[in-house]
Amino acid sequence: MSQLSTRHLLGIKNISEDDVQLILQTAANFKEVINRPIKKVPSLRDITIANVFFENSTRTRLSFELAEKRLSADVVNFSSGNSSVKKGETLVDTVNNILSMKVDMVVMRHSSPGAPHFLSRNVSANIVNAGDGTHEHPTQALLDSFSIKEKLGDVAGKKVAIIGDILHSRVALSNIFCLQKLGAEVMVCGPITLLPKHIASLGVKVELDVRKALQWCDVANVLRIQLERQQIKYFPSLREYSLYYGINRKMLEELDKEIVIMHPGPINRGVELSSDVADSEHAIILEQVQNGVAVRMAVLYLLAGAKG
Amino acid sequence: MQKRLVLDEKQIAITLRRFCHQLIENHDDFENTVLLGLQPRGTLVVDKIVELLEEISGVTVPSGYLDATFHRDDFRRRDLPLTANETKINFLVEGKKVVLVDDVLYKGRSVRAAMDAMIAFGRPQKVELMVLVDRKLTRDYPIMPDYFGVRINTLESQYVVVEWKEKGHEEDAIWITEKDKS
Repeated sequence: MSQLSTRHLLGIKNISEDDVQLILQTAANFKEVINRPIKKVPSLRDITIANVFFENSTRTRLSFELAEKRLSADVVNFSSGNSSVKKGETLVDTVNNILSMKVDMVVMRHSSPGAPHFLSRNVSANIVNAGDGTHEHPTQALLDSFSIKEKLGDVAGKKVAIIGDILHSRVALSNIFCLQKLGAEVMVCGPITLLPKHIASLGVKVELDVRKALQWCDVANVLRIQLERQQIKYFPSLREYSLYYGINRKMLEELDKEIVIMHPGPINRGVELSSDVADSEHAIILEQVQNGVAVRMAVLYLLAGAKG
Repeated sequence: MQKRLVLDEKQIAITLRRFCHQLIENHDDFENTVLLGLQPRGTLVVDKIVELLEEISGVTVPSGYLDATFHRDDFRRRDLPLTANETKINFLVEGKKVVLVDDVLYKGRSVRAAMDAMIAFGRPQKVELMVLVDRKLTRDYPIMPDYFGVRINTLESQYVVVEWKEKGHEEDAIWITEKDKS
């Protein structure tokens, strides 16, 4: 297996386990590349990639841009803030205008779930979903699985608890699909108001007590409270959330085992994680960031080589 | 399918030993020399050379594996993309004499890509190429080996197949076969 079965990466749900394994295997090769004295390879030097971000992002856009540049692609960046989107231009028109400048691939973030799927049916370029609303964030899930594999040797058989704001998280959904495809057991944990009603139908365990979740898991993937996505109050106060769901050093010391702490960032320090946990030897948050570049290089490289 | 023997086990063993003596002649105490096996099939050859050099001269020459997949000039032009292999080099080649080691030299494109990939580890003082088999009539790029086991005339329609006991074959052997036309 040396080729992806898809020419777009829209989500994890609809790609095969073979595709996931190929991406992770290729990412390992790129991780070696980005640790060389010269971190650049010429693989995509005849490819132009547009990063089309209809929603604010710093780290994902930077990570994609770095991945693209390390593959020697030409890169153009578009953000909707100062664009004709404000003047009423449609998504397809915006992207078609970019594509008419001979762009081969589009990395897109959009606040509407399904926007990249819609785009993939209407434009000819390869589409990479860099986050669509509360739906999926496939490259984040892939880099999370890659980081678990790197830290613990394998994903299969591991117990992963996703803790926090599951309701508004695209990271949670993509992670559930990805981890399950790779053979991990998944639990979600958070306040009942931040857990989607039918989440158990995805085959995950549901837990409301964070201490029980930590006791159960090998890896705690702690999510950010997405205050910007909450039109109503889902919990009384950040202080109360922190009291019941925040993870601190004492809680980890009370466990009779070592667990790995992950966080997709940016961290609300003192809310989801105390500073001493975020900076502790348990946390692999900065490794996740580095792995993000390698995984995105792998995705772009493999999609550029996909036929169809 | 026609199959013609190029080198048998004994001849391969003699060739590898000859390579070592040639290296000792040219690199003396190997103070500034490193060996890089080209992925995927040069790695076994380089391991054998390192082992033999240790046996013959008592010197352990630094060695590594170099993968050039991301530096190839035919990405997106092949029917199937190549799967990358591990690059395993725990030293810089800056100022070193590098010997690139592969089993077969065919068009020269892999070696070109390998030199490109190698540059990421520094600017070497000198680069040499060692191959077991030089398919001398099929070159696309002006690349010649400094050390070769056997130089043969082959057609584009032919493969050179290298079999190793480590890979499950009965004995080490190098064959010329016809490509499957089906």
